[in-house]
Amino acid sequence: MLGLMVIVAFTGIALAANWLAPYPAGEQFRDAFLAPPAWTEGGTSRFLLGTDPLGRDILSRLIVGTRVSLGIGLLAVVAAALLGVALGLVAGFSRGVLDAVLMRAMDVMLALPSLLLAIVVVAVLGPSLLNAAAAVMAVQVPHFVRLTRATVRGEMVKDYVTASRLCGAGSLRLAFRTVLPNCLAPLIVQATLGFSTAVLDLAALGFLGLGSQPPTPEWGTMLADSRAFLLRAWWVVTFPGLAILITVLAFNLLGDGMRDALDPRLRR
Amino acid sequence: MLSFLLNRLALLLPTLIGITFFTFILVHLMPGDPIEMLMPERGIDPERHAQLRAELGLDQPLLVQYVRYLKQLAHGDFGRSIVTKKPVLEEFATVFPATVELSVAAVSFAILLGLPIGVFAALNRGGLFDYAAMSVSLTGYSMPIFWWGLLLILLFSVQLGWTPVSGRIGIFYDVPPITGLLLIDTALEGDVAAFTSAVHHLVLPAVVLGTIPLATIARMTRSAMLEVLNTEYIRTARAKGLSPVRVVGVHALRNALIPVVTVVGLAVGVLLAGAILTETVFSWPGVGKWLVDAVNRRDFPVLRGGILLVAVTVVAVNLLVDLVYGLLDPRIRKAT
Repeated sequence: MLGLMVIVAFTGIALAANWLAPYPAGEQFRDAFLAPPAWTEGGTSRFLLGTDPLGRDILSRLIVGTRVSLGIGLLAVVAAALLGVALGLVAGFSRGVLDAVLMRAMDVMLALPSLLLAIVVVAVLGPSLLNAAAAVMAVQVPHFVRLTRATVRGEMVKDYVTASRLCGAGSLRLAFRTVLPNCLAPLIVQATLGFSTAVLDLAALGFLGLGSQPPTPEWGTMLADSRAFLLRAWWVVTFPGLAILITVLAFNLLGDGMRDALDPRLRR
Repeated sequence: MLSFLLNRLALLLPTLIGITFFTFILVHLMPGDPIEMLMPERGIDPERHAQLRAELGLDQPLLVQYVRYLKQLAHGDFGRSIVTKKPVLEEFATVFPATVELSVAAVSFAILLGLPIGVFAALNRGGLFDYAAMSVSLTGYSMPIFWWGLLLILLFSVQLGWTPVSGRIGIFYDVPPITGLLLIDTALEGDVAAFTSAVHHLVLPAVVLGTIPLATIARMTRSAMLEVLNTEYIRTARAKGLSPVRVVGVHALRNALIPVVTVVGLAVGVLLAGAILTETVFSWPGVGKWLVDAVNRRDFPVLRGGILLVAVTVVAVNLLVDLVYGLLDPRIRKAT
């Protein structure tokens, strides 16, 4: 429940970012480079969480960054889910060569460490925020394909599917109207947990300089930009990371909760 | 056991072929012309360009090129770095031990701490310790480890001055590589100061890389223990009057370990993904940093060869885990 509340709050912040942020994310205050947070010695109430090495307000950048991280994360997970479910249905319904080829291809993708696969995708496409989203999507697709295929196979042998087939339902109707709705529970859980991985991977790519490019206020990129100032200004590094941690934690909490609620089979 | 082994190997073959095909096709997906990338000077005249294309076989059909690529791999030829001009395999051999050392240290840390936490949490189900341990482990599980690394550097290296900020060993130590694992090499040399330096350098990165495995192991151990503690044979063992330590330590833990071992073994991929970030934060000269540098320098042969080598490593370790698992638990062997 806590997870859901945090997510709702962050979504609200993301939607209202332009009104909530005290300053535009890119605005530089030449009189205040690396100003410390308001409550510490030397801080001013002008910049609640301080400013970064270029004199930009960290709070504003974090608020606008919420929009980037959640928005791009959502894009990546939805795209991965749509593609993965479609391929999973194909694999689940067709037996033989097509199924085998698809699943071996997924094995290959899973043999690469997730972040490495994402790096490869970015290396091919070039570093940008949208390409990072594509990379994060590519990492998640195999999981959706496997899960969909497994649940579809599980449902196919049940009586209601046979009954529907006897009534003359075509393959497409069978796939989307009969079987898919009954496979949704684990997929929704997977999507929620996938969201937390997506936010994390996106930030990691940003941190490695392979995600969004400056001056976009993405949390991981903010961390990478200010890393060199770690020794002089703890706040430039602390707050973006905290934002990532809270978001990922919230989605993991929600995912765990939904797993218990939706999918008794997976309950441990 | 032999049929089990053959079965697993047969399943691997398509995956290995797929991986080589993936790294093969990668070069054709990469931006830029491969010949212009090889040549340092700009603007090669078209005649020379065509000649080089023919020399490198790039004018041949894809399938022919693929077979040639496989032949090269079979001869241990993984290409040459554009930047250093060294063979990729040789570079991999120098960075790989660093990653192995880091990963082994991280996993040891995770197991040594994670197992007892999981067991005690399960025994105190619903208690304060259980609640605290599970909250902390969920936080650890959600940790952006590159940030976690920076925070630890800030605290332990900068504020307290206990550990160095980056690298594997102090620069004034010159350790001749025997195994490539610095802890073992310095110990073999009997060089106490160098050994201490290596340990100091290793602690923080290992803790950072071990954080997510630690959280996973604690959670897995707890749930596996809870399941086992409810079984009949535990009740029997208790009814026989065995001491609680024996019941938990021998009867329950052994059976609870089976799922934990699998999860740990199959997490090599996760570990390597984490190593990429950890090594970047701590300038640890391992595989992860090597690959990230390759991307940044657009050193595609290194990226291509490195990906192949990493993927093969992951597949090999997974196979090994599978086999060990089969040895430990006869039910798995029979099921296939």
